Amino acid sequence: MDSGGRDVSEVALKDTVVTAGEAASRSAVLRRLRLTDTVFHGLTRGAAFAVLALLSGVIVALVIGAAPAFGTFGFSFFYDESWNPVTEKFGALAPIYGTLVTSAIAMVIAVPVGLMVAFFLTELCPMVLRRPIGIAIELLAGIPSIIYGIWGLFVFAPFLQQYVQPFMISAFEDVPVLSSLFAGPPYGIGMLTAGLILAIMVLPFVTSISRDVFDAVPPVLKEAAYGVGCTTWEVFRHVVLPFTRVGVIGGFMLGLGRALGETMAVTFVIGNAHHVSASLFAPGTTISASIANEFTEAVGDLYTSALVALGLILFFITFIVLAIARYMLMRIQKRVG
Amino acid sequence: MTDTAIVAARSPLYAGRRRRNTVAKGLALAATIFGLGWLVLILGILLYKGLGGLSLQVFTEMTPPPGAAGGLLNAIVGSLVLTVLGVAIGTPIGILAGTYLAEYGRHDKLSSVVRFINDILLSAPSIVIGLFIYEVMVAPMGHFSGWAGAVALAVIVIPVVVRTTEDMLTLVPDTLREAAASIGLPRAHMIVRIAYRAASAGIVTGILLAVARISGETAPLLFTALNNQFWSMNMNAPMPSLPVVIFQFALSPYEEWQKLAWTGALLITVAVLALSIFARSLTAARKS
Repeated sequence: MDSGGRDVSEVALKDTVVTAGEAASRSAVLRRLRLTDTVFHGLTRGAAFAVLALLSGVIVALVIGAAPAFGTFGFSFFYDESWNPVTEKFGALAPIYGTLVTSAIAMVIAVPVGLMVAFFLTELCPMVLRRPIGIAIELLAGIPSIIYGIWGLFVFAPFLQQYVQPFMISAFEDVPVLSSLFAGPPYGIGMLTAGLILAIMVLPFVTSISRDVFDAVPPVLKEAAYGVGCTTWEVFRHVVLPFTRVGVIGGFMLGLGRALGETMAVTFVIGNAHHVSASLFAPGTTISASIANEFTEAVGDLYTSALVALGLILFFITFIVLAIARYMLMRIQKRVG
Repeated sequence: MTDTAIVAARSPLYAGRRRRNTVAKGLALAATIFGLGWLVLILGILLYKGLGGLSLQVFTEMTPPPGAAGGLLNAIVGSLVLTVLGVAIGTPIGILAGTYLAEYGRHDKLSSVVRFINDILLSAPSIVIGLFIYEVMVAPMGHFSGWAGAVALAVIVIPVVVRTTEDMLTLVPDTLREAAASIGLPRAHMIVRIAYRAASAGIVTGILLAVARISGETAPLLFTALNNQFWSMNMNAPMPSLPVVIFQFALSPYEEWQKLAWTGALLITVAVLALSIFARSLTAARKS
């Protein structure tokens, strides 16, 4: 311990007679203490402002970078499908479409599965296993996304191509809507593969947040429901879920935010084709995958700017989704706490 | 069984409810096995493919040109340098901002805004962070650089550290603060001497989790630090890193490169998972 603390106790506890010299040194110490406190207060406040500056910096930098593209293409940037670096004609429709479709696939799978895992962990699982299983599921979230990418490209995509996709194509051949959803040659890579990998990545997010909010349900509520003879499932379905609805939706939104912005895993398996196609087996692209694939190779200011504009759109979408998520989670926290 | 129980068991309504309950429980178990299955599957294949290429060469030789054998030494060292610098830049800012949120401005307007913004940054797409650093560092400087990569990683570190620091400081009982105040200790000294000390395990956990998070990050490095085929310690030049090398090698048609990519993937995963388990055990031990 250095001098500061000892000085303080000496100064603070000496309530007996004080000589002139002591008084002088005492006020000097107090001045120093006040100074360090002010400086530290200022530093922490500055750091808090730095966090704000960071977000505004991101927005400003992206807007400036995207300006040439928006200036050239105007509003048509949002609904134009063409993406041609040679003629410098760029439109964001295909990446936006790909981003939304792959995230939708991910959520359709991850939400029910994640909820059921959380149901299992909070209501059914033996106590000893709860922690290990919970940690194992969270490890899924800890695996870097590039690992999902390399695994998806070399293991998962070939598996889908060989066993799953041909089967689905022939099975749904005569079903009206599904036949166009699952059409075309089985490439292995494509939007469905990307969506499935995203589902695995989002699953731990949905699970851990759902589990946390389920755990926060007052036991009295559940016990009352059991008391009138409800089954475990009925307690979950009619007491726990309605009580935690807001928090659960917040968890979905958080997962959705991750799915929308996920880059590396998708880049490996999406195929990077700027086409909007109805078939989920077709290669496509997402906003993040386009940026990752093309940014370093982009020649010309307009090409770079178009990619930055894609980044701005992605940031805007995820910002809204995450803001909703936080708002919902804040509401459930207030209700429980 | 009593009479009423038998009657109840026979009633179709009751039987239906019981059936639904059993089905739901079965589905929940299946979902859990499904989730754990992916973990086993991914780690299993990673071990199988990665261990095959693991040798001393990986740690002693540079990344090879196409078609030749080599190692990952420059990429591993590059990753370490970038990660250490990223944490070194991001942690002080993160801890200070977290301190403001928990100590000085717990209930003020600025804090609630910063808290919200920080949560958004926490889950913002990392590729957007890469674009941001490209716009503010790489484009003005005119070249890719290790510094740009380190700063991009620091931007990812900050929100993680802010969040955990604030959470951990809020857990410190107020009686400690009051005791310090009652002997006349100014706030700054109370925070540094008492609050930080009480929350140290949690804050360290936050930093470790941030390290785990950035050591696998690829997207923000793609167009900041870029990559480098050779040994480079020059922070003003493009810098190799393990994730970017994996990305490049895995998508290449060369078998040696793909093999190295798997080995690199194994190294990263082991490092990241070990870090996050260690970080968790640090706080778990403290709790019990």
